[in-house]
Amino acid sequence: MADAPREVWITGIGIVSCLGEGGETHWKKLMEGKPSGDVTLFAPFVVHPITPINFDTQIPKKGDQRQMDSWQRIGTYAAGLALDSAGVKGNLELLSHMDMIVAAGGGERDLNVDSTILTGTPHAANPAAFLNEKLMGDLRPTLFLAQLSNLLAGNISIVHGVTGSSRTFMGEESSGVDAVRIALSRIAAGQSDIALVGGAHNGERPDQLMLYEFAGNCLKDPYRPVWERDANGGGFALASLGAFLVIEAREHAEKRGAKPLARLTAVLSDRSNRKPGAATAALSRLWDKLKDKVKSGHAAVLSGASGAKAATAEERTFLEAQVLEAKGDLAVRATGSYLGHGMEPQFPMNVALAVVALGHGELFPPCDASGLEKPMSAPLDQVLVTGVGHWRGEGLALVERVG
Amino acid sequence: MASGKSRSGLDKFGRPLVVVTGLGVVTSLGAGKADNWAKLTGGQSGIRAISRFPTDGLKTRIAGTIDFLTPQPSTAGLCESFADLVAEEAIAEAGIGTPGNFPGPLFLAVPPIEIEWTQRIEVGARSGSNDKTTYADLMRVATQFPDYHQRFMFGSVADHLAEKFGTQGSPISLSTACASGATAIHLGVEAIRRGETDAALCIGTDGSVNPEALVRFSLLSALSTNNDIPHAASRPFSKNRDGFVMAEGAGALVLESYDSAIARGARIIGVLEGCGEMTDAFHRTRSSPDGKPIIGCIASAIKDAGLTPDDIDYVNAHGTSTPENDKMEYLGVSTVLGERAKTVPISSNKSMIGHTLSAAGAVEAVFSLLTLNNQRIPPTINHDIPDPAIMMDVVPNKARDARVTHAISNSFGFGGQNVSLVMGLEPA
Repeated sequence: MADAPREVWITGIGIVSCLGEGGETHWKKLMEGKPSGDVTLFAPFVVHPITPINFDTQIPKKGDQRQMDSWQRIGTYAAGLALDSAGVKGNLELLSHMDMIVAAGGGERDLNVDSTILTGTPHAANPAAFLNEKLMGDLRPTLFLAQLSNLLAGNISIVHGVTGSSRTFMGEESSGVDAVRIALSRIAAGQSDIALVGGAHNGERPDQLMLYEFAGNCLKDPYRPVWERDANGGGFALASLGAFLVIEAREHAEKRGAKPLARLTAVLSDRSNRKPGAATAALSRLWDKLKDKVKSGHAAVLSGASGAKAATAEERTFLEAQVLEAKGDLAVRATGSYLGHGMEPQFPMNVALAVVALGHGELFPPCDASGLEKPMSAPLDQVLVTGVGHWRGEGLALVERVG
Repeated sequence: MASGKSRSGLDKFGRPLVVVTGLGVVTSLGAGKADNWAKLTGGQSGIRAISRFPTDGLKTRIAGTIDFLTPQPSTAGLCESFADLVAEEAIAEAGIGTPGNFPGPLFLAVPPIEIEWTQRIEVGARSGSNDKTTYADLMRVATQFPDYHQRFMFGSVADHLAEKFGTQGSPISLSTACASGATAIHLGVEAIRRGETDAALCIGTDGSVNPEALVRFSLLSALSTNNDIPHAASRPFSKNRDGFVMAEGAGALVLESYDSAIARGARIIGVLEGCGEMTDAFHRTRSSPDGKPIIGCIASAIKDAGLTPDDIDYVNAHGTSTPENDKMEYLGVSTVLGERAKTVPISSNKSMIGHTLSAAGAVEAVFSLLTLNNQRIPPTINHDIPDPAIMMDVVPNKARDARVTHAISNSFGFGGQNVSLVMGLEPA
């Protein structure tokens, strides 16, 4: 369109993970530099369980909480934190024109019903009739609403009153990248003024572990930081986490007196077919569009690397051959070492952590014996966020300090 | 003719005008536009007794399944095969790009993808567990089923389509429940209006007729239980309507900027004039009783098209045949159209094809554009006992020739999702 793109600010973040809730708690844990994962809940698999949450503070009605399963509660809670952070919570007039894009999986199971059916099927005279009978008799009617992907957005509308527009993107990691990308594009082009964007994931689900273990993706005991897994077969540790951002046009923020936490300068994404070298090439093409904006000396990379063997190796090649080659002194940090891998919300979470680091004006210490992560003491002005899906999807974002 | 940004290539708000240059459709009535249109205007129903799996013990045993294509072992597989078919048809009609290289992004409305009972039971059997079988047993043998990983990724259907048709960038898989198909189109319209792309491939697909999906809707009392006469079960706007009928299908639209279509000499099928959306925060499955979000959605689509309610001369209804939807849709349409609501024809394709769920918004956009092109309105069949509370011309039982210049298609879904699309013929 003819008009110049509008500047877009991040004015609110809401994050919750195994590290705790809120930007400051995350910062404190990242500065401590002692990542770990749980190896007992689903042994031998490593997971990163969600911190204990008092959901009442963001989802006051118990009836609403009962209508949701874990991923929706985590997400609705994180969305509330983001709205609080942006200073728009309860402002129903503003929320009625706030747009929303949620990156979601879904499909929580009733593990007992599943187990009953799996156990009984081999002994049933008529297995199909047995399945129908158990599904009709044992599933609770509202489970469907806890499974539907778009019902995280639906719950956010009901609990927090966000009703401008509501779209749910699916497709693992790339849905999180594209949610932020399209929300940003809409605001930059004047199609939207303010948006809530993010997602949530419950990694404490054996059925999800099974899904990713079909391809042998799940990290097994012992826990290791992300970059150190390659020599041991790779793998990611599923995470429970929720992450939402409030992003808005600068003029919209200024008009309501909101301060910028950071500028969301660019979000780019692509899809490669993951033949060897394809992900590195796709990331390099995205980087070509961004690299002139990244200044040496005061920039860092927050990597969304999961630990999945091929994807993480290709991202490392990209970082070493392209980013570090061009901007030699850039420090890299893989937040997945601390957070685990939460699929859809992983990218919004890393954008939020970029905001937190920019707010502190510095980077947290390295946590990597493989040699990629290096110390950084210079003041931090820019963060390049990467999001490389374990199977598909490549994304980059540039988040910058305002002023 | 026009090249670059001529005035003719912009809409009333100065945005790139979005036109449709290719359509594809598959439903329980058949594959392709010609077959579907003939049967739709012939008042035929695609609803039948389910034969794909045993229905013993189920309350609802009918659906609008697509049984004439190669069977697939999962909803993911069905969704992919339907989407593949309609994308082929739409791209061929548009004559756009080169084989395997579509010059724009993919927006795909698709139901949530998940591993199903066929596979779960297969993995369970492999685990060899003698006693109680749990996911711990399944996980032990999971790596013996490597193909199930990518098959049951949420993004897998879009990924395979992107690979085959060569769409640009990261493909978007989306869900706004029963409004998904319309949202896919809405996203494509927005991308073209932003000037990001000259073309977009927008698809809605759904192949969800499996035991658990059927049971889920059944437990919410959303489905018709009129099993004995399947073709008469879907009765939108009738007094004796008792729920929707699950159905399968897919619809595809090639959207293009007007300038791009003209520059390459493409035939313009119609114009995507306006999109409206408004979220309902009242309840997870029910509409706000005052109808405000539905009213706001319909009104905003008409406004976005630069039109007034008086310009609308056909409503392609969401018309699911549930007591709640049809009542609320009547409230919405009659509030926006006012007195004209009594005379503007409104019909529900779902009376014949059932509710194609994630695909519905796209399938019904295709049918709305065919209605405009043929100047003929498909009927609402099974309309024998009108609901006295719904005073609209639902084009009962028989198709009708009519002058249609601007049509609106409504889609409403669980989770407070409301989307309306306004479509018109190319400006003379």
